[in-house]
Amino acid sequence: MIKKRRENNTLRIIMALAVVGILSGALLVLVYNYSIPKIRVNVENETERAIKNIFPQAEKIQKTKDDFFKVTGAENKVAGYAFIAEGNGYQGIIKLIIGVDPKFTEIKGMEVLESQETPGLGAEIAGSKFRKQFENLPITQKIEYVKNQKPTKPNQIEAITGATISSRAVVNIINDGVNEVRKNVK
Amino acid sequence: MIKDFVKGLWKENPIFVQVLGMCPTLAVTTKALFGLSMGLATTFVVVSSSVVISVVRKFVPRQVRIPIFTVIIATFVTAADYFLKANFFQISKALGPYVPLIVVNCVILGRAEAFASKNKVGRSFLDALGMGVGFTAALIVLGAIREILGAGTIFEFPIMWKGFTNWIVMVLPAGAFITLGLLVGVFNILDKKMKTRREIAKG
Repeated sequence: MIKKRRENNTLRIIMALAVVGILSGALLVLVYNYSIPKIRVNVENETERAIKNIFPQAEKIQKTKDDFFKVTGAENKVAGYAFIAEGNGYQGIIKLIIGVDPKFTEIKGMEVLESQETPGLGAEIAGSKFRKQFENLPITQKIEYVKNQKPTKPNQIEAITGATISSRAVVNIINDGVNEVRKNVK
Repeated sequence: MIKDFVKGLWKENPIFVQVLGMCPTLAVTTKALFGLSMGLATTFVVVSSSVVISVVRKFVPRQVRIPIFTVIIATFVTAADYFLKANFFQISKALGPYVPLIVVNCVILGRAEAFASKNKVGRSFLDALGMGVGFTAALIVLGAIREILGAGTIFEFPIMWKGFTNWIVMVLPAGAFITLGLLVGVFNILDKKMKTRREIAKG
């Protein structure tokens, strides 16, 4: 008698878990189908906005490969290329979009797509003061950073005071990204 | 019935009295807006999971109630996470991993276990709503103080005088602990004063 009840009980537990699992799975499928297209559009808009910031003359942005964009200006003239690169920052991943000129000789600009750097310090990598330094920065040599002084060479930028690690992370991500893209283009 | 709602606001406030759910409380309250969004997401999860748990409470075998509650909670958290990503992309980016982490917020499992699994749907709904509102209010207060002192703005709107130097420590983790500690202290003083006044009134 007792044994029978225990079996019933086990069956009830399995049933309860299965029903809850199936229902919650079904509900999540609905939520997923509703939101995935919207999320994709959000990410695309974000990337497009960043590219337009880097290339104000951009008229057409073509995605030629994953995370690689060809930017065309007026009269079908190639304005440059943009690509997404990421690496480790002070806290978590920093994801950048970097614009370069058609000949791959200089950076046209960069924007931060994602980062979890310290507010008020490392987060300033997304601030215009830091980002402006990358505009028209030559990439024929590796980019370097200097601390607490004005850059003396054309391939140098000044690190943010109190956020050297974040600044160095950005420089490394760009150097690696440029290398990687160059290899693939050639 | 109304007591079920009101107790979450003050007498059993999840943050200032129960001191539950500290992880999001400390991590996302760098700005008032983030506190508000986190609070609303948590309120949605605690209310919907409490209602569902209260509805199914008689069918859930006792031995597996915790896994079942967790699955229900996780379902609503995932839904909230996707909803934010789809409709409030910037806020979702700013809150980062803390939205999925609502699953392990003990306020929610606490309400499920202590209240919703033992009470009728209506009362569970009010109880969860009270806790959610109390939690949200506390996060907004915390976020507002840290944003005003740490960035000189409130809800992104500048309010401090010109030349005000931002106290960067307030937006760092240390600022969260300092503010929370002081707020819990102030809360206790107020609570004690109100109690003595009530006793005097009673005679």
